[in-house]
Amino acid sequence: MTIDVTYQVPTVAVHTHIFHTVSQAVARANGTPRMRQAYVPQPVQGKTPEQLRAYIDGLNPITKRPFMQEVVEGLTGALDDQDVHGLSFDRSTPRLCEPDAEERLQQLFLEQNWTDKLPVVLPTEARVAAMLKGTSRKPAEVVGRMRPTAFREVWEYTVEKVAVNAVMAGARPEFLPVILALAASNVSARGSTSSSGAVMAVVNGPVRQEIGMNCGIGAMGPYNLANATIGRAYGLLSQNGQGGSVPGYTYMGSQGNAYSFNNVCCAENEEASPWEPFHVGKGFAASDSVVSVFSGMQTTSYTLGLRHTHWREHIRNMLRGMDPNSSPLLVLDPLTARQFVEIAGLETRQAVRDWIAANAQMPAGEYWDYQLVQNYRLPRATFGEEPWASWLKVPEDELISFVRPQDVNIVVVGGEANAYWRIMGASHAKSVCVNDWR
Amino acid sequence: MRVYAWRHMAEMITVHNPMGYPPKVTGKSLAPRLESLDGKTIYLIDCRFDDSDIFLKQVQAWFGDHMPSVNTVFKQISNVYHHDDPDTWAEVKAHGDGAIVGVGH
Repeated sequence: MTIDVTYQVPTVAVHTHIFHTVSQAVARANGTPRMRQAYVPQPVQGKTPEQLRAYIDGLNPITKRPFMQEVVEGLTGALDDQDVHGLSFDRSTPRLCEPDAEERLQQLFLEQNWTDKLPVVLPTEARVAAMLKGTSRKPAEVVGRMRPTAFREVWEYTVEKVAVNAVMAGARPEFLPVILALAASNVSARGSTSSSGAVMAVVNGPVRQEIGMNCGIGAMGPYNLANATIGRAYGLLSQNGQGGSVPGYTYMGSQGNAYSFNNVCCAENEEASPWEPFHVGKGFAASDSVVSVFSGMQTTSYTLGLRHTHWREHIRNMLRGMDPNSSPLLVLDPLTARQFVEIAGLETRQAVRDWIAANAQMPAGEYWDYQLVQNYRLPRATFGEEPWASWLKVPEDELISFVRPQDVNIVVVGGEANAYWRIMGASHAKSVCVNDWR
Repeated sequence: MRVYAWRHMAEMITVHNPMGYPPKVTGKSLAPRLESLDGKTIYLIDCRFDDSDIFLKQVQAWFGDHMPSVNTVFKQISNVYHHDDPDTWAEVKAHGDGAIVGVGH
């Protein structure tokens, strides 16, 4: 769209047919519903040159017309009135829904895709007013802005809209500052990536005890009201605040992600950890209450404890099991965290990061052949960004360390029932001070 | 009458709409189209995602086979696809007559 509209160079955008609905919607939402787009069969990825030539010689699977004929037509020919003027429209969101019976409102919310497909607490005016007592911020204040992907339009939401979604999730007013902080992160819990990446929300500081969050046994499961409803509210405010999360339209996660039901919301077990709290490493005081968001979460590998003899090899195996485009997020039971100190001799968080980075290795040729590395690292490498630019120049069989220390994060969660721990592929996206939203 | 009676009996409640606020959409004009592609330079812009380069090189081959008077330039964007790339767009504007961007998926 930029090349065509801003630079005024006639352009045709080619997509695979699975993205027909979403690409048309994006064009419309940008005021160019007649943006010239042509479609080939999904997938392109993994196909041979001969197979792709057959796509090009063949038909657009959406229109059933010759693909290249549509490409040539898209670059030539006169524009009509709608091409020249585009499409303008206001889209305002009403504050209230039309009054109706409870049962019909539950059905409305479900049909409008305003829920996570579970029943919600209907956000009556009284319930929202009660929720707003959980913060001193004004209802009309804009909290943040989100969109499903970088190519969609940005929607914004107010304190009141966040409170509405908090009510729907079943949260209590005392949870609202944490939910507002998550909303202020501008990191959507409903990102529309075909990878189906989810998010994880981890809370640090005194607010954990103040509102009764769980950082011990069952912390990442459905066993605590604050953990469950804060995480759920984050998901609902994301999907509704950003304009939707509808499969095929504003959500393209190919498989979906079960983590998205409550976004793995939990509190860090600071008291049982051998290290300083996670948020202190991000520049906050230990006495600050902070919520941190990790994004792009898909993979999880796990094991039990560290073994004296082969702990190094076991961790290396876990790291090799990740897609190397992911950043390692170590989620350690406190027992495991202390084993990192006592058995591995890694006495600080930085020592763990350095060890992980030094031991996450694979041959360069194998690394560069991962599709996600091709998509997200190779472009940066070819234009000189380090360390990837240097990795392009090494022999294929030379080992490279595919994780940087600064990409490794560690949180301590669990109740010491056993030393289970996991490495999740997720990047630290944002840490936001909850105190600002009290 | 029965439906009206049911609705009248059920308590009517008012609830908030949970959706955020979208930006206003302003119409934009597409670029004027070419009368024909003969003798023109068309940039084939690789968004560098999921083998788009292999696809666009086949598009380039198609032009070579079927429309040899069209000059095609295969151009990869400068970074990952979700970054803006004004240098590339400026090059296309300065040296190209049209563009084919792919592949979105």
